[in-house]
Amino acid sequence: MSVSPPENTTRLSISGMTCAGCVSTVENALKNVPGVTESAVNFAEHTATVRGSVDAKVLVAAITASGYSAAELRGAEDESEKEAAELSYYRSLLRKFIVAAVVGFPLMLAEPFGLMPMLDTDSGRVFWLVIGAVTLGVLVYAGGHFFRGAWKSFRAHNANMDTLIALGTGAAWVYSMLVVLFPDMVPSLARHAYFEAAAVIIALINLGQALEMRARGKTSEAIKRLIGLQPKTARVVRDGKETDIPISEVGLDETIRVRPGEKIPVDGVIIEGHSSVDESMLTGEPMPVEKKTGDDVTGGTFNKSGSFLFQAKRIGADTALARIIEMVRRAQSTKPAIGRLADRISAVFVPVVLIIAVLTFLAWFNFGPEPKLSYMLVATMTVLIIACPCALGLATPISIMVGVGKAAEYGILIRNGEALQQAGKLTTIVLDKTGTVTEGRPAVTTLVPAAGWDETKLLTVAASIEAGSEHPLAEAIVSAAQARQIKSSSASDFQAITGHGVSATVEGKKVYFGNARLMAQHNVELGNLVTRAEELAARAQTPMFLAVDGFVAGIVAVADPIKPDSKSAIARLHAIGLKVVMITGDNRATAEAVAREVGIDEVMAEVLPGDKADKVTALQQRGEIVGMVGDGINDAPALAQADVGFAIGTGTDIAIESADVALMRGSLHGVADAIAISLATVRNIKQNLFGAFVYNVLGIPVAAGALFPFTGLLLNPVIAGAAMAMSSVTVVSNANRLRWFKSGATRT
Amino acid sequence: MNTWAINLAGMAVMALIVWWFWLSRSKAQHFSGAGPIEIIVDNGVYTPARIEVPAGQPVTLRFVRKDPSPCAEKALFDSLEVSADLPVGKPVDVTVTPPVPGEYEFTCQMRMYRGTLVAR
Ligand SMILES: [Cu+2]
Repeated sequence: MSVSPPENTTRLSISGMTCAGCVSTVENALKNVPGVTESAVNFAEHTATVRGSVDAKVLVAAITASGYSAAELRGAEDESEKEAAELSYYRSLLRKFIVAAVVGFPLMLAEPFGLMPMLDTDSGRVFWLVIGAVTLGVLVYAGGHFFRGAWKSFRAHNANMDTLIALGTGAAWVYSMLVVLFPDMVPSLARHAYFEAAAVIIALINLGQALEMRARGKTSEAIKRLIGLQPKTARVVRDGKETDIPISEVGLDETIRVRPGEKIPVDGVIIEGHSSVDESMLTGEPMPVEKKTGDDVTGGTFNKSGSFLFQAKRIGADTALARIIEMVRRAQSTKPAIGRLADRISAVFVPVVLIIAVLTFLAWFNFGPEPKLSYMLVATMTVLIIACPCALGLATPISIMVGVGKAAEYGILIRNGEALQQAGKLTTIVLDKTGTVTEGRPAVTTLVPAAGWDETKLLTVAASIEAGSEHPLAEAIVSAAQARQIKSSSASDFQAITGHGVSATVEGKKVYFGNARLMAQHNVELGNLVTRAEELAARAQTPMFLAVDGFVAGIVAVADPIKPDSKSAIARLHAIGLKVVMITGDNRATAEAVAREVGIDEVMAEVLPGDKADKVTALQQRGEIVGMVGDGINDAPALAQADVGFAIGTGTDIAIESADVALMRGSLHGVADAIAISLATVRNIKQNLFGAFVYNVLGIPVAAGALFPFTGLLLNPVIAGAAMAMSSVTVVSNANRLRWFKSGATRT
Repeated sequence: MNTWAINLAGMAVMALIVWWFWLSRSKAQHFSGAGPIEIIVDNGVYTPARIEVPAGQPVTLRFVRKDPSPCAEKALFDSLEVSADLPVGKPVDVTVTPPVPGEYEFTCQMRMYRGTLVAR
């Protein structure tokens, strides 16, 4: 008898699916596995969700057998394992440094004091022979990985930093050994052993790599912080009992209890209770959000006040947080165009250095002074050691990693290195008005009661008629009444008059509610309210007149309010030097009023949703590099057409993955922040590349002896080793400076 | 005489460098199509580093990272926009589809590790 695992949900990532046909193949393969009760393959995400009492390994095997490959996806990640591996590697580097330093440094220090025996005597030679053997031990123990790497890459027709280090230190050791074993082969002036140089260089390079690892640890802080947001357990309600289970065992649609002060474990919908939730860790939005039954909650956010029950809707790798982590990870390993240039250079760099080393060797041989042999060796060795391309290779990825991570801290998800670079080059920003500059939800902004009326009475009647309407403006009026705790009366004979407004009977009185034309039709005298209405319209508000029994009762003005920080964010965009254009389907008067209010340069009004992309194209044809900011749903074609598409306020949406930049907070400051981070990152990469290039461009000729004819100065190979070790540490430290990036936004 | 010999030897070494690192290529390993191809990530090289695969078909590469140095922690297929994190000692499958015949390079972040998919 076999015990089958309990019914559960397994999530798999599937690779190799190239078409919809593959989906059915995989689905069939899964359905045919005994124990599977339900399976769904998502082509867009390349994932499969399988329910049933079956082991993940069996599912993976079934998919593999059908010609694809799969791996189990788990939500909560084990970073500690990775950290332990890194720590042990760090320690091994330090051990290697110490061993090589203990041998190398005393030798190096003793030398100038004449404490070392001469090579001319037999006892001296024996002494040096022993030193040579000890140094060989050091090279094998502390530098063995360089030699193994050099040999292996040589065989693969490849050359890298290992090649240079191995050749440099290897040549020093072999030369020194020759001097010790066959001193007669070498002119007496050149009879000098360089064992200490080999050992000290190996020591310094190991130390440099250890320091670099230390600094690197900090570069991934952002991703560690995001992973740290994932709670470990969830309190599920099963059969009426509440139990704490590991987060990975939470199933879809399960009911989960969250108490005050706890983190919300996965994404879902509140089914009972209400609370205020701090979502700042994901969105950067400082204000807690009120949540009630029917509202969405996001895993990783913090429940502040109330206790509630919610139903899990997205679990494991599907949650918004898991997707964000995945997206940041992916973006961190992509490179912008400037980085790829460095890649092309570093690919041919090492063989070029090898050729330079040979040329150096020949130059000293042909033109150098005595002791020629010593000079030839020292200069060649120094060229090899100083030219290590490590800093060059690190320059781009390390800055991208910190920059993309920093952006994530601001609730800004950047899709790849290319988007990061492009964002800094924009010349024009196109803002979609509704939902971007404005809240996207109309609200009652002004109440003007006529003589004999007051605001409450006016709103009561207006809300009574509109209670039955489904117009978005009606919703604004009803919720304004609710906010003032006004109880509306019932209306009858409700009638919508297209293009004009509505009519109804409230408490036995005939009521009309709508625009000036509706009032004119029913001969309602508006008096001085006409001018008030015009004023309101000029301020981007939509005035509606209310008439009761043939007499005007007042104006209810509705507007889509401008977000409180739109104006300051647009000022920041101007300060960066961008032209700000607003695009909207609204009428020109309203659009221009909004534009005046927030300081927009150009307005494109009355644009149909389908024509927005064409407007972006037109700007691009004028030579502008266009960033488009929209809410990601109806703006999708325009977002795609723009050089950089910013999707705003879609933090928990799948849309985050299709935009170049996704802003999880609804504020335009996110756009300014994203551009500022992009500029800072690109500047940082350039500093790194400049540093790395200058270092090699200046370092190599100096090492080869370019200064020697003028100053008699030749670079000490040990100093070259130290400089080489420090160059990557410098690059990593410079990238780390990006962590201190501060946004220019004035937080409200 | 001696001078000539040394200079000529130097020239020869330079020619060899050019030939070995640029002009000659290691033999590509053929991909038979059954199961993933295992690539060992160790000592600064991918083994094998040159793999011949059919174009337009998905290929699964199983990366086995043995080198703990942070350099090896990612495998990037720049031109195919695919990247993978490689934990030490845990095999990671990466499936890529080279769309048209040609050479597709894959590297670590710093380009120390370099391999090529030769699509035919
Ligand atoms: Cu490296």
